Amino acid sequence: MEEKKNKTSEAKLMKGNEALAEAAIRADIDGYFGYPITPQSEVLEYLEREIPKRHGLVLQAESEIASINMIYGAAGAGARVMTSSSGPGISLMQEGLSYIASAQLPCLVVNVVRGGPGLGTIQPSQGDYFQAVKGGGHGDYHLIVLAPASVQEMADFVFEGFRLAEKYRNPAMILTDGALGQMMEKVIQPEEGSLPKIKTPWATTGKTKDRDHNIITSLFIKPEEMESVNLQLQEKYRKIEKDEVRFEEIKTEDADILLVAFGLSSRICQKTVDLGREKGIKIGLLRPITLYPYPYKRLNELADQVDFMMSVEMNAGQMVEDVKLAVEGKVPVHFTGRMGGMIPSPDDVLHEIESILDNQNVLQD
Amino acid sequence: MRQEHEIICAGFGGQGVLSMGSIIAYSGMIEGKEVSWMPSYGPEMRGGTANCIVIVADDRISSPIITKFDSAIVLNQPSLDKFEKAVKPGGLLLYEQSTIIHPPTREDIDVVCVPAIEEADKLKAKQVANMIMVGAFLEKRPIVKIETIVSALKKALPEHRHHLIPVNELALKRGKELVHLNEKITA
Repeated sequence: MEEKKNKTSEAKLMKGNEALAEAAIRADIDGYFGYPITPQSEVLEYLEREIPKRHGLVLQAESEIASINMIYGAAGAGARVMTSSSGPGISLMQEGLSYIASAQLPCLVVNVVRGGPGLGTIQPSQGDYFQAVKGGGHGDYHLIVLAPASVQEMADFVFEGFRLAEKYRNPAMILTDGALGQMMEKVIQPEEGSLPKIKTPWATTGKTKDRDHNIITSLFIKPEEMESVNLQLQEKYRKIEKDEVRFEEIKTEDADILLVAFGLSSRICQKTVDLGREKGIKIGLLRPITLYPYPYKRLNELADQVDFMMSVEMNAGQMVEDVKLAVEGKVPVHFTGRMGGMIPSPDDVLHEIESILDNQNVLQD
Repeated sequence: MRQEHEIICAGFGGQGVLSMGSIIAYSGMIEGKEVSWMPSYGPEMRGGTANCIVIVADDRISSPIITKFDSAIVLNQPSLDKFEKAVKPGGLLLYEQSTIIHPPTREDIDVVCVPAIEEADKLKAKQVANMIMVGAFLEKRPIVKIETIVSALKKALPEHRHHLIPVNELALKRGKELVHLNEKITA
């Protein structure tokens, strides 16, 4: 008992990638299949080092396509499995992800995003938002997408990701970025073994006398069948949208201006909130924690309170479309961001807000 | 009042710039503070300059990436050129003497020159120049205790490197003294 207590309560200074990998072991993964790519190679490296000493299987696949299909197979057999990669590798996985979503299997995929498009740069980015939340692969499907904003959450969301994936038999994704993967912060790891394995009566574990063959497939050649699978999926997505929206609000109670940002951008915006308030500008921040399902409802409510919103992203403006959908034209929605691995500074964001305020004053004069 | 100290450590790869920052962060954590350590991990890591941003605070740290710093610890000319202007007015700039050709010119900040490499040579341990810088920094800005740095080293270093702890301790002390030596000269 004493030992167990130590395991959970000891704070460690860890890189985001390492914290995530350690959490995966503590979440009792049966297998990790991955292929190295900066800025997330530490995940595979950490697991290659630690898993043989502890429990589970770690395997460097020959490619990301192989990784995701190993995930598909292992998840179909009822194993708790994960993979991780960055932009280019995640693109290669899209076909597999669509199959897994269609076959309704739980698994966890981590995208430590780097600047794109193309092979791009290894610097942090949020350019894969559309890919993560709007499908990415073919067909009508969704991943459950979690966006950590600290090294602590890099660890916690491994547990949360598996919990949600298994609850809904749906692939979950942690959408993070190179900076959160590489930076070190204090982290208190979730307790080892605190995520019980679920029952998997649907898994292909060998036919027994008391049931028919379990078949895992994403091929439903008859359109009637394919439609009924789709209806099932949509029903599941409506339930996820109703029950699983997560977000955090910072100083929104009296805010006149609302920043909307996820992941690393939300950390930058927290500083902007403080800087703005020092100057008497009442800024608040809403940080979506789940990117799918998205906090449309809460943003719509806040649109009745604030003068305008601004989405801050490390991309050309992707999530801003969801903010606009949420507010239904009630207030102006602005965007500011940097691309290609560049990161907006808290001062940049404040400067943008101030120039919008200046323009408004000019109009009013 | 809420205390928060934002530091940039910068120099060439191999000078121990990243480990200098991480040992300060680690010590802050041991003392119960919130900390973040954000390295440059891009092309600069593959030869050339390296840097890390370290924040030590009493409570939740907002942005781990910032552009203005309370203190800068620089160990080469490109880093000085880049970060001299990034020190907040009234802030601290520590630079390593032998690596700088054009010393800083700002007068609204506290500038301290530390002959860390020369002193490390005297200790016959070139690799502790970074710890001399840390010692000097903590003398000017005691955000964590020197003793905590030493115990952090004990925890962070693998057993077979523990024989290096005494020379690191010596380096920290030397850094501390050098700050005052330098003050006497300039006075």
